[in-house]
Amino acid sequence: MSSLDTNETLRDLHSAATSHRGDRVFNRVITGAAFTSLIVLAGIAIFLGLQAIPAFQSQGLAFLTTTAWDINTDPPTAGIWGMLYGSVLLAVIALVIAVPASILLSVFMVFLAPPKIAKILTNLVDLMAAIPSVILGLWAFYILNPPAEEWQQLLNQYLGWIPIFENASGNFLGTPFIAGFVLAIMMIPIVTSVTREVLGRTPPELINAAESLGCSLWTMLRYVALPYGRGGIVGGVMLGLGRALGETIAVFFVLKLVYDTNWYKVIESGGGSVATLIVSRFGEVTGPFELQLLLAAGFFLFLGTLVVNMIANLIVSRTGRLQK
Amino acid sequence: MSTAEFESVQTLEEQMVESAAPRDLAMDARNLSVWFGKRKVLEGVNIAFPERTCTALIGPSGCGKSTFIRTLNRLHELIPGAALAGSVLYEGKDIYDADIDPVHIRLKIGMVFQKPNPFPSMTIRGNVLSGLKLSGMKRDDHDAIVESTLTSAGLWNEVKDRLDHAAGDLSGGQQQRLVIARALAVEPNVLLMDEPCSALDPASTLKIEETIRELSKNVTIIIVTHNMQQAVRVSDHTAFFLAAENEPGHVVEQGLTTEIFSNPKDQRTLDYVNGRFG
Ligand SMILES: Nc1ncnc2c1ncn2[C@@H]1O[C@H](COP(=O)(O)OP(=O)(O)OP(=O)(O)O)[C@@H](O)[C@H]1O
Ligand SMILES: [Mg+2]
Repeated sequence: MSSLDTNETLRDLHSAATSHRGDRVFNRVITGAAFTSLIVLAGIAIFLGLQAIPAFQSQGLAFLTTTAWDINTDPPTAGIWGMLYGSVLLAVIALVIAVPASILLSVFMVFLAPPKIAKILTNLVDLMAAIPSVILGLWAFYILNPPAEEWQQLLNQYLGWIPIFENASGNFLGTPFIAGFVLAIMMIPIVTSVTREVLGRTPPELINAAESLGCSLWTMLRYVALPYGRGGIVGGVMLGLGRALGETIAVFFVLKLVYDTNWYKVIESGGGSVATLIVSRFGEVTGPFELQLLLAAGFFLFLGTLVVNMIANLIVSRTGRLQK
Repeated sequence: MSTAEFESVQTLEEQMVESAAPRDLAMDARNLSVWFGKRKVLEGVNIAFPERTCTALIGPSGCGKSTFIRTLNRLHELIPGAALAGSVLYEGKDIYDADIDPVHIRLKIGMVFQKPNPFPSMTIRGNVLSGLKLSGMKRDDHDAIVESTLTSAGLWNEVKDRLDHAAGDLSGGQQQRLVIARALAVEPNVLLMDEPCSALDPASTLKIEETIRELSKNVTIIIVTHNMQQAVRVSDHTAFFLAAENEPGHVVEQGLTTEIFSNPKDQRTLDYVNGRFG
């Protein structure tokens, strides 16, 4: 038979998968559910976007590129650049702490710990995820702050020559570092449970292959288990990051919110965070205009989270690349 | 037959006399017993592996052949509860001694598994060279290594034009020959093979058997197989493992392959090699 035969009809095999009646109903329910969640998401975006319009009309692009919150002046000036940037800075600090910690913890649980200890650790980490963030915020304020102050003083003393560890004010409380650290504590259980799951699924025959080629545990992880699980681990990190970017109340307790851009001084008192700006102003809002400004800020936080997720997808989809 | 007999060094020396031309030993398992948790799965195994010979390990399923072959390059270490008594000598030293680096041992004692296990996300070339990369060995002649090991593994002609393709795209038999090439690239002295042909078609199997015969001129090969003809075709020596129900496995009989298959001393060996049980 040649491929030029013209009287062949193509049949779509994929859609035939739902030719069973029960499957068809199931299929519709699932599709409906998927669309509902899309509609809810779009609804939120549209609501926030509409609210953001007046704010933009009065402030122009400066709303995104400058940092100010002077509502009672005439005309009022508001700009959230420092807050947007602050949210990202906190997230980066949290990532730098949480990702290595979570990977080490998972490696220990999967490859090194005796089964009993691994189980106990798993439960403990899952329990960590259940701590409400307000409790974590209170804990950070009362328990974490004093030692964290000392760590930062030490960092400044020994590594102060590195710009990020500069501190001119001598005040080591309310710093991006402490806020990022609290966020890291919130991310660790999420990232760890995903990473543990993914590493635990490394095919044993690949581990065997690596071992029989004279791999140490470290090289096995680096060349086999981590590349194998990279997509999943990045996914876990992004889940955690989503939480970190939007986290409000825990940061509210430990970060000194300043209407200024703290570019890089992570152990200097004062920083920004969109979510914390919203919660700290919301209670004492001076009028409908300020409320609109806050909702506009929320809109951009939402956009930011979307962008992060898109970047994550890009990273995950690039993991299929061949290693030479 | 008493267990004491297995444990005596006598058996070992008899073996040496039996082998056609006495050679230096590549490896030597002495009085080896293995436990998984409380369960003893191997008892008092003594087998000597003369240099540059091929030894076949045969026996019914579950009698501990894989367990035994894995002890020869310390592959049980990630299994919780695995324990061992006795010793495994390589170049006259016990590989389980505290001062021995398992990484070094595994480089010298390569292994090929039942299921082909190339690294699927690496290219064919990347797979062959992966042992060098993973163990941090520095070599400059990468192209030469790729060509010579793939040639020894009988795969070169089939893949020489697509070395940069993903290893996962190869057929099962090609993948198995690829992992043989990968094992050879680090220049092991001993190659352990656990049922390397069990997932392959007859043509690939024959290719691999050819490879094994060719390799055993330079490398000591220890192969587990359920295929009696294969044992006869590729091996110089054969050891027959057996485990009675709920008993640990042990070696019933060992010797020259021709002897084991044509003139075994133990009735159980005779039955097994003639396919009457197991
Ligand atoms: N990781 C493990 N944990 C507990 N028991 C194990 C483990 N690996 C093997 N065993 C047990 O040890 C015994 C020997 O197993 P082994 O895999 O060595 O048999 P085998 O001779 O290779 O069998 P086959 O021919 O089917 O591959 C079996 O009873 C098996 O259940
Ligand atoms: Mg086996």
